[in-house]
Amino acid sequence: MMKQTFKNTAFYIFVAVLILFSVFPFYYAIITSFTHGGALFQVQYWPKHFDFINYKTIFSQDNFLLSLVNSLIVATITVICSLFLGITAAYALGRVTFYGRTLLLLSILAISMFPQVAILAGLFELIRFFALFNTRWALILSYTILSLPFTVWVLTIFMRSLPVEIEEAAIIDGATPWIIITHIFWPLLRPAVITTGLLSFIGAWNEFLFALTFIRSESLRTVPMAIAFISGASEHEIPWGIIMAASVVVTVPLIILVLFFQRRIIEGLVLGGVKG
Amino acid sequence: MFTSELNLQARRRRIAFLFLAPTLTTLLCVTVWPLVRTIWFSFTDTTTSHLYEGHWIGFDNYLSLRTLASGKVVWKGTLVDPAWWNAVWNTLYFTILSLCFETTFGLIIALTLNTHFRGRNLLRTAILIPWVIPSIVSAKMWGWMLNDQFGIINDFLLNVGLIREKIAWTANFDTAMISVLFVDIWKTTPFMTLLILSGLQMIPPDIYEAACLDGVHPVKVFFHITLPLIWPTLFVAIIFRVLDALRMFDLVYILTPGSSATKTMSAVSRENMIDFDQFAYGAAQSTLLFLFLIFFVSIALQISKTKLLEE
Repeated sequence: MMKQTFKNTAFYIFVAVLILFSVFPFYYAIITSFTHGGALFQVQYWPKHFDFINYKTIFSQDNFLLSLVNSLIVATITVICSLFLGITAAYALGRVTFYGRTLLLLSILAISMFPQVAILAGLFELIRFFALFNTRWALILSYTILSLPFTVWVLTIFMRSLPVEIEEAAIIDGATPWIIITHIFWPLLRPAVITTGLLSFIGAWNEFLFALTFIRSESLRTVPMAIAFISGASEHEIPWGIIMAASVVVTVPLIILVLFFQRRIIEGLVLGGVKG
Repeated sequence: MFTSELNLQARRRRIAFLFLAPTLTTLLCVTVWPLVRTIWFSFTDTTTSHLYEGHWIGFDNYLSLRTLASGKVVWKGTLVDPAWWNAVWNTLYFTILSLCFETTFGLIIALTLNTHFRGRNLLRTAILIPWVIPSIVSAKMWGWMLNDQFGIINDFLLNVGLIREKIAWTANFDTAMISVLFVDIWKTTPFMTLLILSGLQMIPPDIYEAACLDGVHPVKVFFHITLPLIWPTLFVAIIFRVLDALRMFDLVYILTPGSSATKTMSAVSRENMIDFDQFAYGAAQSTLLFLFLIFFVSIALQISKTKLLEE
């Protein structure tokens, strides 16, 4: 009996340490974001200050607000593009049998394993050639190809799992594939669409390498860039309070998504083996 | 009747190609073509500022041999570049260590999550938080916590008595890689955990019930039942993780800017390509990274094939 109680206590301590370790850095970012000036130089384990000045500072900077807008635009259009391309491709790969179908699907999956830096030189040239350098379209294009292979993969698996009968009646009635997709599959696909859409959104919101390479103007920066480039008066005066306030602002939407769509996100993560 | 069925099949196939066309065109134009161009650039002397004035120079970016007038032989190219080999070593070191820790911790946490206890959902939500936080934000948050003067980590370790004086974790040559590994393990273990958990949940519970009735020791159950059954999932997770670790960039760029102790292959290659005006040289390095990945994937596939044949 004693042994059992001891075991249980040890187990719950382990779980508590895991939870604490996972959330502590974000908690610490939040309490730092409410701290200003000299107070930053005293380590605090519990929140002692509630100073909103860091938030006032970042929201009065046009470039930070613009970076939020930029990230929102880029991520949303990326989601729309990859879902449109993904659903049409998944219909073909999931519902129609043709020679070389599996090979094609595996090739698409293999593309997601390309290291970004291996296509960087060629993509740089392509983006320059089409005069997309330093525009949001450069990012939308590069983020769409990052999320497309995974989107096609998950949607194809999902489409295959749907029974044949649901389509047959529509085919006999003479419905075109486009009608079949929009009227029959779209409602059924909703869970998979939410999953892939969310992961594409998170991917685009968090991406850094392409943004760093393809964007020059401050007004076109995305949020990861905006945070990376916050600097103080000198190298030794890093404005940690402001950086943490900005970090909290760009992370809170993602945490809300996690809280609401936890199951969908985990499902997508497992199916696609993607990482944020 | 038969012909109309055949027609229907043919029509569906035609439509399938029509529906695949946009995706395939996009992928061909925006990933396959750039990859081919990267490889092509690596055989030229193109600079970033003059993209169209490069000439074909063969393998010179990789390795070239020149005999000076004095008769001395000089090797040049990325294959004899110490900065490149340093980056290769950093990347491998990072990949191997992060993989070991993340797989071990991932297994432990996944086994925990696979039992029934109160607060299970809370733990699962909590571990998703490090995963969803953007790498740049993680790097900044940990950079602040690891700060030498005012960081909470030094303060905590001093209070507990584990260290005698404050350590500049991210700036010191000896501790920079440890910091990067630590943050990456914090950030990526959730990913491994959730993949492994999905494998664990596919194991039918009656297997465990049988083992329990027979009184098999839990450790034996793990190595003889659990591990072989989740091996396929674990294998996929490891491949994904390694591919991701080999191309690691953002964390080192922000957490330890410019430090030669942590610079990865991706970081060096991008730096040459974009910042140092050595476009072709950087392209050669990224081509090497790509070959490296191909090599790893083919070995992994070979292993999985022999495994399958054995069974």
